Amino acid sequence: MMSQIETIVTEVKKAQTTARNQVERALAKAEQITEYHALLSLTAERALQRADDIDLAIARGESVGKLAGVPFVVKDNYLAFGAPTTAASKMLENFDAPLQATVVEKLEAEGAICIGKSNLDAFAHGGSTENSYFGVTHNAIDESRVAGGSSGGSAVVTALDVVPFALGTDTGGSIRQPASFNGVYGIKPTYGTASRYGVVAMASSTDTMGCFAKSAEDVALVMSIMAGRDERDMTTLPDFFDSTVSAQPGRRIGVIKEMLDDGVDRDVVSVTRQYIDRLVAAGHSVTEVSMSIIKYALAMYYVIVPAEISSNLARYDGVRYGHRAENAKTLAELYGRSRSEGFVTENKRRIMVGSYVLSSGFFDAYYLQAQKARTLLIQAYNELFDQYDFLLTPTAPTPAFAIGENANDPVKMYLADAMTVPPSLAGLPAVNVPAGMSSNGLPIGVQIIGPAQSDAVILSLAGQLDQVDGGTR
Amino acid sequence: MSVYDDYEMTVGIECHVQLATKTKLFSPADNDARDAEPNSKTHPIDFGLPGMLPVLNKEAVRLAVRAGKALNAPIARVSRFDRKHYFYPDLPKGYQTSQMYQPIILAGYVDAPLDDGSTKRVRIEHAHMEEDAGKLTHHDGYSLVDLNRAGTPLIEIVSEPDIHSAAEAKAYVSELHKLMTYAGVTHGDLYHGNMRFDVNISVAKKGAAELGKRAEVKNLNSFRSVEKAAEYEFKRQVDLLERGEQVVQETRGWNDAKQITTSQRSKEDAQDYRYMPDADIPPIVLSDEEIADMQGNFPIMPGEFRDYFSVFGLDNSVVEYVLRDYRLAYLLLSTWGDGPWPRPQADLIRDGFEIEKYSLEEHKENMKRIFNWFASTPFEELDMEKVGNGFVGPRRLTRLAHLVHENKISSNSAREIFLSLFEESTIGKMPEEIAKERNLLQVSDESAVAAIVDEVMNDPASAASIADIKAGKDKAIGYLVGQVMKKSKGQANPSLAQRLIRERLRG
Repeated sequence: MMSQIETIVTEVKKAQTTARNQVERALAKAEQITEYHALLSLTAERALQRADDIDLAIARGESVGKLAGVPFVVKDNYLAFGAPTTAASKMLENFDAPLQATVVEKLEAEGAICIGKSNLDAFAHGGSTENSYFGVTHNAIDESRVAGGSSGGSAVVTALDVVPFALGTDTGGSIRQPASFNGVYGIKPTYGTASRYGVVAMASSTDTMGCFAKSAEDVALVMSIMAGRDERDMTTLPDFFDSTVSAQPGRRIGVIKEMLDDGVDRDVVSVTRQYIDRLVAAGHSVTEVSMSIIKYALAMYYVIVPAEISSNLARYDGVRYGHRAENAKTLAELYGRSRSEGFVTENKRRIMVGSYVLSSGFFDAYYLQAQKARTLLIQAYNELFDQYDFLLTPTAPTPAFAIGENANDPVKMYLADAMTVPPSLAGLPAVNVPAGMSSNGLPIGVQIIGPAQSDAVILSLAGQLDQVDGGTR
Repeated sequence: MSVYDDYEMTVGIECHVQLATKTKLFSPADNDARDAEPNSKTHPIDFGLPGMLPVLNKEAVRLAVRAGKALNAPIARVSRFDRKHYFYPDLPKGYQTSQMYQPIILAGYVDAPLDDGSTKRVRIEHAHMEEDAGKLTHHDGYSLVDLNRAGTPLIEIVSEPDIHSAAEAKAYVSELHKLMTYAGVTHGDLYHGNMRFDVNISVAKKGAAELGKRAEVKNLNSFRSVEKAAEYEFKRQVDLLERGEQVVQETRGWNDAKQITTSQRSKEDAQDYRYMPDADIPPIVLSDEEIADMQGNFPIMPGEFRDYFSVFGLDNSVVEYVLRDYRLAYLLLSTWGDGPWPRPQADLIRDGFEIEKYSLEEHKENMKRIFNWFASTPFEELDMEKVGNGFVGPRRLTRLAHLVHENKISSNSAREIFLSLFEESTIGKMPEEIAKERNLLQVSDESAVAAIVDEVMNDPASAASIADIKAGKDKAIGYLVGQVMKKSKGQANPSLAQRLIRERLRG
């Protein structure tokens, strides 16, 4: 059976449908779901033009790419043409990108068509898409709940079938957690899999470029195109992504028991246990394992990542581009007010925490200590991967929470990242697999984590189970 | 004995060297922004646009590795980049990418020659790579930002506080400039800020166990200003201490017009740069083989030139003069024939210069003439392009010197022809031809000069002088020689004329 994307590409190539049809359908669907506030802009004019170009190429018998005529959405922190790149911030409200992100260029080169840009927490700081300067995105299954975040908009447009895939960025869970909240597949690839060039930076050492789709196969197909060395991003790896590999039966899977303790929602625990049963039924061996250092991962993360954020956001000063305060009398006032007005509260919180941990006198105690702990975390993963092929945890401690529920408690909000943050710090690939529903009908996902560069294999494992069960939704 | 004699200065110098790469340290933008339109030599990376990432320029790494060799310093097998944060409109990313924790060039030293012929060794603490900032110009009510220079690759060379006089400071920076230009690391154009110096200076009573509080004089761009700023600061700080006041630890600027330093900001305003590792740039990891490869084909360093040139027994100032530009040093070494050029041997040099019966001793004497022609010409008047590109050339220089050696031209004429070698009109012309064209050839044909001498001696107007000489007033011979020169229209060889006159007087 062909995946959703394969079906579209095949039909477009055979002229059973047209790229224009696909784009028009996606744009129409986008117009129908505006109440979710998942999209910040549509790039209709450019999308239709590109669709016509592809249709013309097909009519002329020219070869077209592996994603010919497939519409997609970018998270609005990817530099992309057709509408401003805002990062959901006042700072970049009117920023027109002079160039496109490497991965957008690669997808377009294969014939994919960007139809719009999705909402996010401003500068990707958050886990609910409530921190967007332009307003909250609503959960695809229950509009009173959050979409998750920071790539909430992309998760929702995928769940609501606006497009067959959407791009997100994942620094500490920003793809996996909203994928879990909206019941779709989402991958945080191995650090360095896909180029970060042309994507608004959050934390350089954990930022990854990934995507959402309705099936593991489609995630793998899109990632195989996004992956690869980019001369413009020195941290990219040579292309290792082989979407044809498959996970052999009889894999050894470790379930991290600290991630199933008392603090975790009961429905989440029971859906995870059911998924484990299905893994066993499919012939894999599953063992509970302990990883005690994982309790400290969130603390490491909220030292290291704010430090990098405070640095990466220093360029937004109102001097060269972006929001500039009016009538500033001095340079200090220009900086202070431009940044004060251009950033949301969560941005400022992280800049302050980051600046603090990097200050002289505190650097060793916080930043350096966190980096040392991070090394221990990576060692702990390595030791587990000596014995297990994959690790498994829930993706988030709860299903989607209500809009506003955690808004005034940043620590509670950060706890929602507790399960996704550890693989980010270790640079490991991790996939959200929709695994079931809560008693009140909210999607719950599990996270499969593999050793570095095992991205295609964990997607294969997730996909196999989906096919055995005929899907989970 | 002055009160200043009781004190000693201690100086450490930080030097920023712009690397002569084609493109910037982290972007593909043109690195040569001289006289370019503001912001015309920029890439979105230099502009600090969202989503831009640095791509390390391999050529900059190669030049830094070569600079390390010139500084007698080992290269770190692993070095890293860090971010130095501060807000200023000339700093597009809000941080400068630098190397705080693991610099590429480790400890080394520079041996700087002093005027008295001795050598001052200044240890190098380390040197690191970093990017330059842009430039601001301030206008009435507004300021403009030019990012052409933003991202230019630099190395910052940090010396130990080994310098104890203004003369040593000047000798150090001047030698550093030579090392960096000879190694091809930088264009070394001081006027365009290719090398800039920050001088840290403190004073203390001689023999004191502890150093005094230091002031840093920033952004000096000439050897002379380094020397003068050190002199000025020394006096200023000693005066303060003598008045019972304290030296404030602060940053000072140099006012070149007034030749004074002025306070810019004190330590209380010191910024917290919040250094952190730059996760966008993987560490530079170099194997011994890679380092050796990068340091291959290393050019001749100033110290080696001094060794080669020591055979001439010239004054230090003459040798140092020709070392001021590596192109001149190369021209002279290739003219002499040493180092990478064939060693001076009589038959080889005859072949090279096409001078008959030319001996090594003669060549050595001629070399001294050539050195002195250069050294007696104001440096600024010499076109180093023409020195470097073969326009002047070893053959023309040697043959010109040999004309003097053979008494075919006067030393004054030789100077004139020497300067003419830089003119377009003499392209392809040998000195003999130029001398002929300009009527500068001396008549050294003895019979021709003898005829004129006889004419002068027989002239009744000469009688008085002849009588004077015979009476022991030897100086009177000058009149007779002068008459010979006059009658020969300046072309007679004056020493030959004098000898013939004396012969006649004796006879």
